Amino acid sequence: MGLLTPDPGLVIWTFFTFLLVLFILKKYAWKPILHAVKVREETIQFSLEAAAKAKKEVEKLEQTKTEMINEAKAERDVLIKEAREIKQGILEEAKSKAQEEANKILENARVLIEREKNEAVQDLKSKVAALSVDIAGKLLEQELETTDKQKAIIDSALKEVNFN
Amino acid sequence: MRQILQVFLFSLVLSVCQYTLAEDSSNKHEKEFDPLEMISHHISDSHDWHIISYTNKADEHVNISMPLPVILLHNGKLHFFMSSEFEHGNAIVQKGDAYFKLYHNKIYLTNANGDLEFDAENHPKNEHPFDLSITRNVGSMWLSVILILFLFISAAKKYKGEPQTPKGLQSIIEPLVLFVRDDIALSQIDKHKIDKFLPYLLTVFFFIWINNLIGLIPIFPGGSNLTGNISVTMLLALITLFITNVNGNKGYWKHIFWMPGIPVPIRAFLAIIEFIGIFTKPFALMIRLMANITAGHIIILSLFSLIFVLKSVVIAPVSILMGLMMFMLELLVAALQAYIFTLLSALFIGMAVQEDEH
Amino acid sequence: MESLSLTSIGLGLIIIGVGIGIGRTAGSAMEAMGRQPEISSKIQTAMIIAAALIEGVALFAIVVAMMKG
Repeated sequence: MGLLTPDPGLVIWTFFTFLLVLFILKKYAWKPILHAVKVREETIQFSLEAAAKAKKEVEKLEQTKTEMINEAKAERDVLIKEAREIKQGILEEAKSKAQEEANKILENARVLIEREKNEAVQDLKSKVAALSVDIAGKLLEQELETTDKQKAIIDSALKEVNFN
Repeated sequence: MRQILQVFLFSLVLSVCQYTLAEDSSNKHEKEFDPLEMISHHISDSHDWHIISYTNKADEHVNISMPLPVILLHNGKLHFFMSSEFEHGNAIVQKGDAYFKLYHNKIYLTNANGDLEFDAENHPKNEHPFDLSITRNVGSMWLSVILILFLFISAAKKYKGEPQTPKGLQSIIEPLVLFVRDDIALSQIDKHKIDKFLPYLLTVFFFIWINNLIGLIPIFPGGSNLTGNISVTMLLALITLFITNVNGNKGYWKHIFWMPGIPVPIRAFLAIIEFIGIFTKPFALMIRLMANITAGHIIILSLFSLIFVLKSVVIAPVSILMGLMMFMLELLVAALQAYIFTLLSALFIGMAVQEDEH
Repeated sequence: MESLSLTSIGLGLIIIGVGIGIGRTAGSAMEAMGRQPEISSKIQTAMIIAAALIEGVALFAIVVAMMKG
């Protein structure tokens, strides 16, 4: 069979041609192409990884931001609460102080009044005493013509007078 | 590189310019059309590159073809001449004291009269000189090589500098290269061992594919049957055999000669089978490619021969339609056979270099 | 002539065998792809390898037949 008999000449030519093509292509085609493709793939891989990393970073930042906002909100609430409490306290204190003051004033007033009253009573007493003496003097001027009578009047008068 | 290419192209153009209008006025006018002869002439190698033949007004058979250089080694002497000296087998060429005659595309040693002795099966018994001629297949191979080198080197030049998106030629070449790398090589060979074998796999893939395609072009300068020639496929298979066994590691040889985990008598039996297997695998590669491509050529040529065998124009549309279908199929086969050859080469290499799992 | 016809019969038998073999391979591969479309590329590669190996045996037989005939 002619079809199945290898032709040595063609085998030799194919051998040299194929090896030549293999070496030329290896050096001038496959090496640059494969290298460039590898570099590109690595670049893409790297970029993707960097993008993923950046995304993660952004997410983290976002989370931090939210956390910070929440914290700030909580703090604000606490502050407001505290302020309210303080206000309440101040008001309460002011009220109680005012009450106290008022009480004090009242007390003072009462004491003063008492004192005034006592003084007035004292005054009145002394005045009454003086008046009494006056009256007594006048009475005496009139009545003290007789000693007996005088005595009887003084006694009755003294009996009637009741201090307090 | 460009200069080398230019020299190649220039020499090719020069040799094309040497057309000889070899007018062999055959006396047999109404020569009976013989499809077998036509087909066998097409699928086998030849010493001239047939362009066109027709019968002119003077009823002469005109055969235009490009003569190719013949290089013969006989008795330690190199003979170099153009194939036009054979006058398509009609003339005997004398070089020194040796006479050469071309008979059915083979060169035989004859006596001065050019007599051939035939055996019972009508094959000449004369001796062959050692034939190193630039035949049609060699010429076609060089043409494809120029095409391959041009395509890939010009594509590779665009890869200089910063990584960027592929443009133009790159966008055709790159997916193919990546296909060979990822779907053929990476699927069969360990990832870190791939770099060593990738240039061979890529080269063999594109060499076979482009030669298959050139073989499908029916007119000059295509029409050769390079990848359907057993010499070429044998050489490619031998290279795969060589690469596989040179790179085969300890595990590979152990699995061939002393398969682990199997009873000893069967081991010895398996060793014989596996040893034969080393050679049958590339043998199948060789036969597969050759048979597929040759079969495709034969089918297409037979379909077109129908017109001339039946001597009817009516059959022509049928022939052309079926021929067209076959051409479409052959386009697929051209790529498929390149793929299969490369895939199986990668598979054999991958089996030879894989790390032992036991 | 007789040897030629025997060769032809042999070739026919080879083709029947290979046709059944590759047909079954392809059919099973299609079924597998239908079941698991996500690994169809792997199945396809395995199918092509299997078909190529069957074809290799067939081509071997064809060569022997043609050499004998």
